Amino acid sequence: MRGARIPDERIPDDMMRPMWSRVLQITTLLAVPASLYMVFVVAPIEEKMGVIQKIFYFHVPSAFMAFLGVGLCAVMSVLYLVTRQRRWDLVAHAAAELGVVFCTIVLITGPIWARPVWGVWWTGEVRLTSTLVLWLIYVGYLLLRQNAENREQAARWAAITGIVGALDMPIIYKSVEWWRGLHPVVLKMSGGGGLDPVMGRAFAACVVTFTLLFLCLLVERVRLGRLEDEVESLEQQAARRPLTAATDAGGGSSR
Amino acid sequence: MSYLGTVLLVAGKDLRTEIRSREQVVSLFVFALLILVVFNFAFDFTIVDFGSLGPGVLWVAFIFSGVLALNHSFRIEREQDRIEGILVAPIDRSAFYLGKVAATMMFMSAVEAVLVPLAAILFNQPLTTRLGALLLVLLLNTLGFAAVGTLFAAVTTQTRRSEVLLPLLLFPAAVPIALAAVRTTSHVLAGRPFQVYANWVWLSGGYDLVFLAAAVLLFDFALQE
Amino acid sequence: MTFAASATPGATPLLTARRLQKRFGASPALDDVDLDLAPGERVLLLGPNGAGKSTLLRTAAGLIRPSAGSLLLFGEDPWRGDRIAIRRRLGLLSHQTFLYDHLTAAENLVFYGRLYGLGTTTAGARRSLDEVGLADRADDPVRTFSRGMQQRAAIARALLHAPDLLLLDEPFSGLDAAGRDTLRRLLRDRFAGARAFLMATHDLESALPLASRVIVLDAGRVTIDRPSAGLDAARLEALIGRHAGAAGAGVAP
Repeated sequence: MRGARIPDERIPDDMMRPMWSRVLQITTLLAVPASLYMVFVVAPIEEKMGVIQKIFYFHVPSAFMAFLGVGLCAVMSVLYLVTRQRRWDLVAHAAAELGVVFCTIVLITGPIWARPVWGVWWTGEVRLTSTLVLWLIYVGYLLLRQNAENREQAARWAAITGIVGALDMPIIYKSVEWWRGLHPVVLKMSGGGGLDPVMGRAFAACVVTFTLLFLCLLVERVRLGRLEDEVESLEQQAARRPLTAATDAGGGSSR
Repeated sequence: MSYLGTVLLVAGKDLRTEIRSREQVVSLFVFALLILVVFNFAFDFTIVDFGSLGPGVLWVAFIFSGVLALNHSFRIEREQDRIEGILVAPIDRSAFYLGKVAATMMFMSAVEAVLVPLAAILFNQPLTTRLGALLLVLLLNTLGFAAVGTLFAAVTTQTRRSEVLLPLLLFPAAVPIALAAVRTTSHVLAGRPFQVYANWVWLSGGYDLVFLAAAVLLFDFALQE
Repeated sequence: MTFAASATPGATPLLTARRLQKRFGASPALDDVDLDLAPGERVLLLGPNGAGKSTLLRTAAGLIRPSAGSLLLFGEDPWRGDRIAIRRRLGLLSHQTFLYDHLTAAENLVFYGRLYGLGTTTAGARRSLDEVGLADRADDPVRTFSRGMQQRAAIARALLHAPDLLLLDEPFSGLDAAGRDTLRRLLRDRFAGARAFLMATHDLESALPLASRVIVLDAGRVTIDRPSAGLDAARLEALIGRHAGAAGAGVAP
């Protein structure tokens, strides 16, 4: 039966895509072009930096999402250690992965922005340096998970790392800030104060859109994680009954 | 056995084992010394001011030999599953953690105590008279490194690639302590008053408190199955 | 098919397992284990490699956390209750010695004694070592000991705090004849009263005479659980063979 879908009745109830998830996806799908429109059509071009300044609309919200990932991972890690329920670990893992993804976006858009504006790729700007350290910590988180012997060990070790990483984050940012000296004026990347109100609205729209995107991806990743768990437990059952499993695989093949 | 008694017992056991076996003493010192020598070749300190690069060089040496100490500390317990003997004992496992932190600190401090004067000789620097401040800075920052390092080492030494994973996890997490250590050491060696680097000292102290507390709570999870 | 174990009626069990499960990944290491251990019982845990004997012992020792079900020690949940009080009454003797190579035998015992809050002195350590025939080597580093001697020192370590429940994982492996006799003697003398032990072993010849009950594990499940009266090694092997595969781990062609 090539090309046949698994009929919905065969999927366990809690794996079905719930209504709110569909709504989230549709909202995100609408929000993205709307924000792009606001960024590239509505918002004016910045005087000093030119078009390249528009990277700011992607760079800063990505940083926010990275922090959201880190914070969510930490909270979920605590919940996992306290309750030992698999679902908290699934969210923690997904949040950490998304944190790394958005961190990567920050680290790529940063130099792309810096190069035309200041002529250097890496400015040693405080926030970028701190974000690099954060990126390293959570890449370490993911690598540690891979090096654990089993799922439960991976979850436990990752929870420890996630909590330590989140606690460390503010200290890292502070220490790098002090190390470099406070806010060299020329390296102001956030474009915070003195923002044109139209730009401000575009920025706010971007933050909302990125958040929706984050949540969308989080939901999908958690769903994927649960499906992976389901596959693993099916494999367990099959391994224990090798002969009966063959006769059970009626599915569609023998029809 | 009281909590503090257990901590001292564990630290004492590590110290006594090291005195007998002398397994890591040599490698820690030699490794740290090697790093100093390499940097002596890498930078021409007659031109470059030692004050600006020296503390960084010193702390690179301390941190790398610290990683060796951490790995060794738990490798002993992993060998022949000795750690299980500790885990079934009627003690608070966080006391075992603090004992390990104390032991690592002792070894790192021993290396520091030898290397700072040695660096002074190697790089032709006058040794500071502000010994009290130097001691405080060394202790405070070594403690922070040992606190986070011991927690991570307990986890990574259970993997096959512990030599890679420990630095991978520890170095980024220890960035604040590394920065604080280098900056404060630099100020102290230059003989500057406390006010100049006071905020860094608070940062180190805060880091130590936060992560000792976190590790005490989290350590049990690192060793369960 | 399990036979009901005959425990002393009315006594608070030292160990109670109910629907105990441990999963490390794919297949379960322990699968629905029910077990009661009363004071005075001397239980052998048998079964092929990978049957879950070590896992059961280590779960009882508090090293492993159950995936499902419960394991109570002295009536309490070691993961929720006063773990320290529980561990004080528990002993573990593994085929690993838990001794520190570079310390002397006496120093090792002093360390463990103090760890258990016994205030052990060097003299006390020497006495314990004397009981296992190592008095003359008390001040030598453990790494100079032969395997048999190390295991004897480990026995002294495990019995130092007079545990009410002793868990043994292949204790006879690597023991020389003197060591086997010493261990048998100590187990006979020390565990005649209200104390109990649970021993996983392949050495039926040494262990069966000491036992009051045998439990056989297969693929994480209990297949046999009966008093040891009337059993000798041969009969036991036959019994195990008859029940092999009864755990449902695959169908024989």
